[in-house]
Amino acid sequence: MKLNELTITEAREGLKNKKFSSSELTRACLEQIEKHDAKINAFITVCKKQAIEQAKEADKLLSNGAMEQWSNLPLLGIPIALKDLYSTKDIKTTAGSKVLKDYSPVYDATVVKKLKDAGAVIIGKTNLDAWAHGSSGENSDFGPTKNPWNQEYVPGGSSSGSAAALAADMYLAATGTDTGGSIRLPASFCNLVGLKPTYGRVSRYGIIAMASSLDSIGHLAKTVEDSALLLNITAGNDVFDATTPKKPVPDYQKGLQKGIKELKIGIPKEYLQTGLDEKVKENFEDTKRILSRLGANLIEVSLPHTEYAIACYYIIQPAEVSSNLERYDGIRFGNDRSFFTDEAKRRIMLGTFTLSAGYYEAYYKKAMQVRTLIKKDFEDAFVKVDALIAPVSPTPSWKLGEKVDDPLKMYLSDVFTVTANLAGIPALAVPSGFINGLPVGIQILGPQFSEELLFQVGFAYEQATEWYKRKAILNL
Amino acid sequence: MNKTKYQPVIGLEVHVELKTKSKMFCGCSAQYFGKEPNTHVCPVCLGLPGALPVPNNKAMEWCVMIGLALNCKIPLVSKFDRKNYFYPDLPKGYQISQYDEPIARNGSLKLKIKNEKLKNNLEKTIRIRRVHLEEDTAKLIHQFGNQKSKIKNQKYEEFSLIDFNRSGVPLVEIVSEPDFESALEVVEYLKKLQQIVRYLDVSNADMEKGEMRLEPNISLREISNVKFQIINYKVEVKNINSFRFVEKAIDYELKRQEELLKREETPVQETRGWDENKQKTISQRSKEEAHDYRYFPEPDIPPVHWTGNQISNIKNQIEELPSEKLERFKKEYGLNDYDAEILTRDKTTADYFEEAVKIGAGHMIAPKQIANVVINKKIDISSTLPAHLITQIASSKQTATLSDEALEKIITQIVDENPKAVEDYKKGKSNALMFLVGQVIRKYPKKIDAGGLRERMEKMLQ
Repeated sequence: MKLNELTITEAREGLKNKKFSSSELTRACLEQIEKHDAKINAFITVCKKQAIEQAKEADKLLSNGAMEQWSNLPLLGIPIALKDLYSTKDIKTTAGSKVLKDYSPVYDATVVKKLKDAGAVIIGKTNLDAWAHGSSGENSDFGPTKNPWNQEYVPGGSSSGSAAALAADMYLAATGTDTGGSIRLPASFCNLVGLKPTYGRVSRYGIIAMASSLDSIGHLAKTVEDSALLLNITAGNDVFDATTPKKPVPDYQKGLQKGIKELKIGIPKEYLQTGLDEKVKENFEDTKRILSRLGANLIEVSLPHTEYAIACYYIIQPAEVSSNLERYDGIRFGNDRSFFTDEAKRRIMLGTFTLSAGYYEAYYKKAMQVRTLIKKDFEDAFVKVDALIAPVSPTPSWKLGEKVDDPLKMYLSDVFTVTANLAGIPALAVPSGFINGLPVGIQILGPQFSEELLFQVGFAYEQATEWYKRKAILNL
Repeated sequence: MNKTKYQPVIGLEVHVELKTKSKMFCGCSAQYFGKEPNTHVCPVCLGLPGALPVPNNKAMEWCVMIGLALNCKIPLVSKFDRKNYFYPDLPKGYQISQYDEPIARNGSLKLKIKNEKLKNNLEKTIRIRRVHLEEDTAKLIHQFGNQKSKIKNQKYEEFSLIDFNRSGVPLVEIVSEPDFESALEVVEYLKKLQQIVRYLDVSNADMEKGEMRLEPNISLREISNVKFQIINYKVEVKNINSFRFVEKAIDYELKRQEELLKREETPVQETRGWDENKQKTISQRSKEEAHDYRYFPEPDIPPVHWTGNQISNIKNQIEELPSEKLERFKKEYGLNDYDAEILTRDKTTADYFEEAVKIGAGHMIAPKQIANVVINKKIDISSTLPAHLITQIASSKQTATLSDEALEKIITQIVDENPKAVEDYKKGKSNALMFLVGQVIRKYPKKIDAGGLRERMEKMLQ
């Protein structure tokens, strides 16, 4: 096995036992990038020089016997990438938009600081739909990202680069953001584990905002174990983000092996009605069988307001987008407003309209009321069951260009994911197999701050299926 | 021309800058006055991508305190909202303010309005609609002519510079109901408000430094039998930076609007500015150009929840307010309204006076006498210690009391010699009394305390 194909847990073991150095590991990743990224287009910026420097630093610590610090440096020497919404001091941060083509932040996002403090090697900044507006990665002003499993297909968005490059083994993990499914969708389209934490569990400070009441800061990893390790680092109260509660952070890796015997897992019936691809439905039936075999009690539940979720989401999200994008005026940094492209303009117009005097009550306010009902649906369900499972997407990945002219069709690919954002609950996407050679995934949803439970279910399912062991074959 | 009579209907929005150490939503120093431009800034107050606001607890407590001092109700839940509009001094494209759930609401402030004709004071209560918290904008500095432009291919250019030091400084907005009927009432209210925030020690409220800003809205209503007549326009005047200008601007507006109404025209609903050079208000923005601020709840800041305990703790921190102090001074020290008002105008003077009274008690010096000296002799309280003042008074008192009989004699003589002045004084000319006092001092061979003498003659002539 090549070094760049390792999981974080495996690489840590190798570094600890001096089987290889961080420099070797980092170089293997950089070589993979050089070999394949011209086609995949997963990176906006590759930080080659800095990465090599950071790897050398890590090796110095390792050879100086930093083993006593080992538990404080869970990412020591591990190459990871950041979605290009994460502010990185002195490293270009574009949000996938030409508006910020040459913008270099003066500060690191809180999560970036935490990852660096944990010893991570930052290998680069990944491509995304501009401003995270999109489900396919095609809205990037820096060109679309391709799916490593089939380069004619989209990798899912908006954390498109983070997912595609990880599936192509260009690093060991990457950060993402999930406002309506932007981590879970690409995770499922690329055979990866994607975590959308509880709203407020991870600090948003320094991460370019899309829709502030929905934005969740998560990550993509190869395995559930790696995902839990990353959340151990990123979670917690931040004095720079007033929406992060002072809730203690548990050790998310601790309960992985508990199994799911006797757990009550709900199946929301509304998710299996209209618009679900037949093959995805079959795949989901397989998942249910596996979970039953592992000892879980599957119970059908109802989330009656599901049908209003997309409409509700597409009022609240553009409203907040229209306000959040106001600062990009070209006065203090970045280019002027003529650099905004279609999707951002569409959302600015939608949001400006729905917040206008005379329309606010009919749109934004009404949507906020529906949001409360959707939240209550979940609260009611979690009285009956411990967690819920559902497909991440109603279809597998689609061909590049297939939906670009039909924004509504594109929006509907988020029909199963936006609900978790509206309710502020956590969701973990885990690979569930393949349809015509393209990966699909399921998501596990739980009450707020139930990430431990999600990892526990995800790990049991992953160990039973081992889809993560399958690798995309990249042709040169 | 019709001969209808009109009654002014005036409301006020007052912005007061709090003197917290740090800004409203970040850790930058809020003490920006006179500092080098753009040195008190960070990603938050510059509105950089990804930066988030975290509310300043002190500022929130102080806003509650102002609300309580203005007899407001403090709802246990309050929230911040975004007020969206574009202007170069607003880095985020929106101002974080409060829309429908302000920190405080439904208060009142009692005024004493001097009535020139009746020569007395009328009490009037101004209702306060709301008190809320928001952030200040950056400061624009407009440069004209002969400046080298940094814009390519343009040698000289008129341009504006932005200083973000003020961006994000906490502002409290106090909105009154349209209860004022004259510029005089407005000025009285403003003085009172300034005095209160200074007493609370939450703002310096220095007009010249822009720490207190005023925006009257002015309309005229027909005086008629109809009790609730609808007024269909409102003129707001902005950019007023002194109490004198607010008075002039209101008087100007009232006249301008009356003239329009008498010609049976309705004044335009608009925002106007006071131009001190031209001595008039000038139209700035009409109703059609008014902003739609697209208010919505600020998602980056959770709603504020107060407990009853927190509110009463803040209430307990409020020391004696000016109106209470004034009443106490009158009662406790036997001062008249006039003296008590002057002594309580600012807290430093009031404290000085009380300190002097305490020391004076040991020297058998009456509070009234101390009040006279502090007020009439215009004592520089920053350089004269209260104890020192008492020594001064004690020595002058000695010289006067030693020859009390002689003094009595001289006073009687002067009063007898000047019947015209005595008569004038009784008619209300206070100058006449000062003339008589002057005559006595001239006749009296030793140094004498003029204040004490005046008081004595006042009593005698009553």
